[in-house]
Amino acid sequence: MARDRSVILRVVQNMFLHVFLMTVAVACLFPLFWMVRSSLMSKAAIFTDHGLIPRDPHWGSYATAWVKGDFGIYFLNSVLYTVCVVMGIVIIGSLAAFAFSRLRFPGRNILFTLFVAAMMIPLPGSFVPLFVLMSKLHLANTRLGYVLCMINVGLSFSILLLKTFFDKMPTDLEDAARIDGCSRLQIWWHVALPLARPALAVIVVYNALNVWNEYILATLLLSDKSLMPLQRVLMVFNGAYQVDYPILMAGLTMTALPIIGLYLLMQRYLVKGIFSGAVVG
Amino acid sequence: MAFLPANRAMAVRPADAARNFFFVLPALVIFAVFYIYPFFELLRLSFHDWQGIGPMHWVGFQNFRELMADKVWWNSIGHAGYITLIALTFQNALAFALAIACDREIRLKRFYRVVFFIPPVLSEVVVGILWNWILHAGVQGGEQVGLLNNFLVEIGFPQMVHNWLSDPKTALTCIAVVHAWKGFGWGFLMLLAGLQTIDRQMYEAADIDGASPWRTFWNVTLPLMLPVIIVVVILTILGSMQVFVLILSLVSQGLVYHTEVPVTRILGAMSGTNQFGYACAQALVFGAMLIVLSFGLKKLLNRVRWS
Repeated sequence: MARDRSVILRVVQNMFLHVFLMTVAVACLFPLFWMVRSSLMSKAAIFTDHGLIPRDPHWGSYATAWVKGDFGIYFLNSVLYTVCVVMGIVIIGSLAAFAFSRLRFPGRNILFTLFVAAMMIPLPGSFVPLFVLMSKLHLANTRLGYVLCMINVGLSFSILLLKTFFDKMPTDLEDAARIDGCSRLQIWWHVALPLARPALAVIVVYNALNVWNEYILATLLLSDKSLMPLQRVLMVFNGAYQVDYPILMAGLTMTALPIIGLYLLMQRYLVKGIFSGAVVG
Repeated sequence: MAFLPANRAMAVRPADAARNFFFVLPALVIFAVFYIYPFFELLRLSFHDWQGIGPMHWVGFQNFRELMADKVWWNSIGHAGYITLIALTFQNALAFALAIACDREIRLKRFYRVVFFIPPVLSEVVVGILWNWILHAGVQGGEQVGLLNNFLVEIGFPQMVHNWLSDPKTALTCIAVVHAWKGFGWGFLMLLAGLQTIDRQMYEAADIDGASPWRTFWNVTLPLMLPVIIVVVILTILGSMQVFVLILSLVSQGLVYHTEVPVTRILGAMSGTNQFGYACAQALVFGAMLIVLSFGLKKLLNRVRWS
């Protein structure tokens, strides 16, 4: 009897838990549903039709946003910045992490501590001197300037993560490669990088998210419309006197979907990165 | 020789050392130019009066004296503090409750875990504009529209309809709620990871001793989770105090005084009124406050770990 009661108790308890968890899950997803739903409304219906599902789905906003609103260009800009920054961080960061873990040179520990300290110290408003610096270097309003700034943003964390990973990796394979006559650079490229793939995946997802979602530096550094990434342009649209909501919502959807897709694909690695970040912090 | 594990003490030939150094050189150059230099530039500018172009005047501590008397600045810190307080209490309590609910054999566990982390992967711009659309989409034909206001009318509370984001009484709370919506997934995942490291035998032992679930929580879960909780608290404080893009995108009707936070003040001083020196002084003071706060908490964390 007591056993039956405890089973019933557990079922009831689980039901309450599911109600709680489901409520929060719906709260997470509903705004996104509403975003897509609003993007499918016509301009005339968006303020009058309060239904959940558009009666007459209007896909035209996507085409209008992509072609007339130039979202095609901004989308490609965002992709370009994300790819360049992530590649830059992977190469520059892994070279440095490899050296910090495996090679010897004077000042190694001090330099590494510096990188780690930079990650821990919050620097609000660092965009002010960065903006001044970029103007001085004539890198303001250039793609290169923005990419370099963003590489710097993700570099410390990536070096730290990769160095910890290299430290735990056995050196046998590298020793074998060295005996076979590989240079340091060859060992980095042919042995260390392929072995570090799990850590590199974390770095790729984490930084891709970071660059794709970045707003403030893109705003301060890029003033030409042809150079702007999506986030910046969404704000321009949103600040217009007469906001065209279906098109804005279509723009939001186009900006959010790739990143949600990337997250769902590489979810495992992102979570790993957060845990390592939590341990480091 | 130079490949041997680092801790083995062995002399390195200068040529090798130089070649090895080339591996860190690109990272070092970027770090020096885009991190170290701007840091010192921030320091230098905060003692100057400068409009962004033209001559720069050394003014000593004047920017800082001005800052001390700047009521708007201190209010902006209060606003960020309010957002942080809500994040620390409601948002983290929710995250903890969800983590505990997911830390057991329960169906759809993976689904919940994936869904709760969708808001954090979205950009602040997307989240801000989306919630602006939900909370307040503007005025059409003399009436407040927007999903929330329409909903309030539908369920029979038309008297509650108002402009949520420009009313000083509700604006900041709306920001805090949206910030919590976007942020609770971080705390949830970290706390869940912490909970999963707790040995199940501890719970079994407590169960055998006849401890109630509540007592088990207070005497087993909470003490073991304290280090993780402190990390989450530190990250929540640092994240919430520095929030600003979310506010820029959520309150699109122009920045109004009652939703100013420190970073929007810094941004305003720089790109709004061209007071670069003053912007840097603000950034420096605010950065120092955050460092003191987070290092104080980190010290506490170490004490907890050792005891």
